[in-house]
Amino acid sequence: MRAAMAVIALFLLISIAFPLYALLEKSFQNAQGEFIGLTNYITYLTTPALSWSIGNSFKVTLLASAIVMVIAFIYAYALTRSCMPYKSIFKGVALVPILMPSLLPAISLVFFFGNQGIIKEWLFGAELYGPIGIVMGEVFYVFPHVMTIMLISMSLSDARLYEASEVLGASKMKTFFTVTLPSMRYGLVSAFFVAFTLIITDFGVPKVVGGQYNVLATDVYKQVVGRHDFQMGAVVAMALLVPAAFAFIADRIVQRKQVALLSARAVPFQPKPNKTFDMLMLIYCCLIGFIILSVLVMAAYSSVVQFWPYNLSLTTKHYNFDLMDGGGWSSYFNSIELAVWTAIFGTAIVFFGAYLVEKSRGFKTGRTAMQALCMVPMAVPGLVLGLAYVFFFNHPSNPLGFLYHTMPILVICTITHFYTVSHLSAVTALKQMDPEFEAVSQSLKAPFYKTFWRVTVPVCSPAILDISMYLFVNAMTTVSAVVFLYSSDTTLASVAVLNMDDAGDQSPAAAMGMMIVCTAAGVRLLHMLLTRGIQSRTQAWRKR
Amino acid sequence: MASENIEPYLKITDITKKFGEFTALKNISLDIFEKEFVCFLGPSGCGKTTLLRAIAGLDIQTHGKVFQKGRDISELPPAARDFGIVFQSYALFPNLTVRRNVAYGLENQKLPKKETERRVTELLELVGLPDQGDKFPAQLSGGQQQRVALARALATEPGLLLLDEPLSALDAKVRTHLRHEIKELQSKIGITTIMVTHDQEEALTMADRIVVMNNGVIEQVGSPYEIYSEPASPFVADFIGTTNFIVAELVTAKSARIGTIDISLGAAPSESVPGSKIVLCIRPENVLTGSRASGAGNQMEMTIDHVEFLGSFHRVHTAAINGPGTELMVDVSVARAREIDMAVGNKIQLALPADLTNVYPAGNN
Repeated sequence: MRAAMAVIALFLLISIAFPLYALLEKSFQNAQGEFIGLTNYITYLTTPALSWSIGNSFKVTLLASAIVMVIAFIYAYALTRSCMPYKSIFKGVALVPILMPSLLPAISLVFFFGNQGIIKEWLFGAELYGPIGIVMGEVFYVFPHVMTIMLISMSLSDARLYEASEVLGASKMKTFFTVTLPSMRYGLVSAFFVAFTLIITDFGVPKVVGGQYNVLATDVYKQVVGRHDFQMGAVVAMALLVPAAFAFIADRIVQRKQVALLSARAVPFQPKPNKTFDMLMLIYCCLIGFIILSVLVMAAYSSVVQFWPYNLSLTTKHYNFDLMDGGGWSSYFNSIELAVWTAIFGTAIVFFGAYLVEKSRGFKTGRTAMQALCMVPMAVPGLVLGLAYVFFFNHPSNPLGFLYHTMPILVICTITHFYTVSHLSAVTALKQMDPEFEAVSQSLKAPFYKTFWRVTVPVCSPAILDISMYLFVNAMTTVSAVVFLYSSDTTLASVAVLNMDDAGDQSPAAAMGMMIVCTAAGVRLLHMLLTRGIQSRTQAWRKR
Repeated sequence: MASENIEPYLKITDITKKFGEFTALKNISLDIFEKEFVCFLGPSGCGKTTLLRAIAGLDIQTHGKVFQKGRDISELPPAARDFGIVFQSYALFPNLTVRRNVAYGLENQKLPKKETERRVTELLELVGLPDQGDKFPAQLSGGQQQRVALARALATEPGLLLLDEPLSALDAKVRTHLRHEIKELQSKIGITTIMVTHDQEEALTMADRIVVMNNGVIEQVGSPYEIYSEPASPFVADFIGTTNFIVAELVTAKSARIGTIDISLGAAPSESVPGSKIVLCIRPENVLTGSRASGAGNQMEMTIDHVEFLGSFHRVHTAAINGPGTELMVDVSVARAREIDMAVGNKIQLALPADLTNVYPAGNN
């Protein structure tokens, strides 16, 4: 068991700890690889063209976070506290943005508000490219994440508190401020930190609609891909890592406090019908749902239009990817390959790793260290991770250098990028199992791997499916981590969207984006059917 | 059953277990004999479960030794030891049927399939669930699940059975029933058994010997009767059953003074000298009242403070006549209650029989 743990720990060291160290080291070196102390950092901070992007990043991030918090709050409130109809449809619609790489909504925004956008007058002459576009795109991109967190924290409320408040004669307003808000304060804080981290580290939206408005994420890309200044790239990456890591740590602290908030005796809240309120909420959700779907529909529409905006007749020519830059159809199939490998190996590594951390006895220092290591990837923005991989795996003296520019390195990087969330779902599922299973099997002289196969894996199969689907969808949509790591043999669909958009081919970019959306949606559907199938077959014991 | 000249089945010597700074067990030594049913009894956090887990090898002790049948098993992992275990949570594998759960340990012994199946059937009959084999655990009641867990633990015919609060998750009726069944099963197959419990009634009814623990040390080891009638410390007296505590001053080796009343004692603690404070413990049912009190020694007159009706008897709470100080609980049977007027405020004549009063030096509890 210790040997197995050592293998997983080694994987995490190679996939996250060593590359991050290589990145840190690089930021203190000059182009010749000599140690030059803080010189790079000083240059960075004293070059206004570079350091401005710190302020820019914080401005758009805080603004977009604030806006998305309000929009998502009301949406989640409508779903939990009103009696409006079609709640499950609205829940589904809110999750649509998850299926898109963040480049795609940004491209959609260009067709709406860009120089040739159909409703660009709605911006009253203001320019889409810049902070306005970034904020709009980011709000769309992080909406499902923020909304989900709020939904969960709102559904964790105790009806008894509301009854007590009502019996004591408190007004609706007072109840809202004394019961509703306090009970979800951790959820709100958590939602904010998640929004903050996702936005400040997002690369897709500012890349497409950022224009001349530089933010940290686009700076890393520009320094490395545009100017081949790896040292400065490393410095900007460090500047991006710090706020992301802080937000992550703050979020963990807050979440730890939330655990004991709701007692087991709490009674879930059931909303009572109220015609006016329910109608208002329905209108609101329709509006937001309409916006979300129109962004998707615009992306789909623009991908089948002859020549926007002059010839609006329909065509499939933009799906002829082989005629365009970006790697053609093979990048789509590469993406599928990446997603499949990531889902298979990622799920295996993550679940087994979580099992070892959660269920083994003794060797406490080792387990604590591994638990900490599992949390690191969440704090590391994709761009930073990708760049760190360049430095680590491309180093001439690294014996693992043969992985560079191959499919395996993309798989390793993607698994690592999404390791923490998967790890946490696995841990949650494992925690729900009786802690004495391992003790019992030891007393029955069963080796641990036997109980793992015969009991742990079957019981956790729904969670295992969830993890593999999460990894698959994210491997399809991610751009940031892999953008530094693909080679001409391993071009990816999401990167193709980026490159085609860069080359001005917005319609083909949208077309490739739609391929990703359809694949992700298809996999979600498959996952739903599979879960149902597994539940009826291997989870028969759940029924009484 | 415990005898000095037989080799103990399980010998625990000087076990200490530390969790970081916290010491959960302090120098525990204990002998357990073959076919004995021993209960570890104590409040939560007293170390009883830690001791059981040390015996099982699930949490190896910081230092100290464990011998099973003369074999040193102190450092062995659980799989290398010889025991079966049942937990409070049942810990049945939810995705395996009852039969597969019971067979789980047998499969690891590489028995022929037929032999395994025969044994499973036999075990399910033994625990009274012959026709539940193809159900999943979630389809059984709590009591039935715990019987399956018991069958699973017994399947490999271990020499030692460990029960970790096996009845605590069940409701009262089932608990009483299963208590009796487990005890009967244990004496039928004659397996050495250790049960951890915080329920004194469970310990008193099931155990051959009880090990009372508190704060990581053993307070007393003895038969249920010994533990109840001659508790070794005020803690044991208080933890098991209900007891009156009376602070008194030792006058001579055979007498003490409560307030202004002198009473005689059976025996004083050897370490107490005349003039030192002592604690007298007497159970409410041992305090004499009414016609039985008159004529007995150690009489005192008290005021009735309030009366609780507890079904088969009344528990009368009394207070010293002259102001605050001593309080005494007295159990009065329903029959005897008819001859005493138990109105609140009335005076009542009590007597404390010297031979049923246990005496401890004051200050250690």
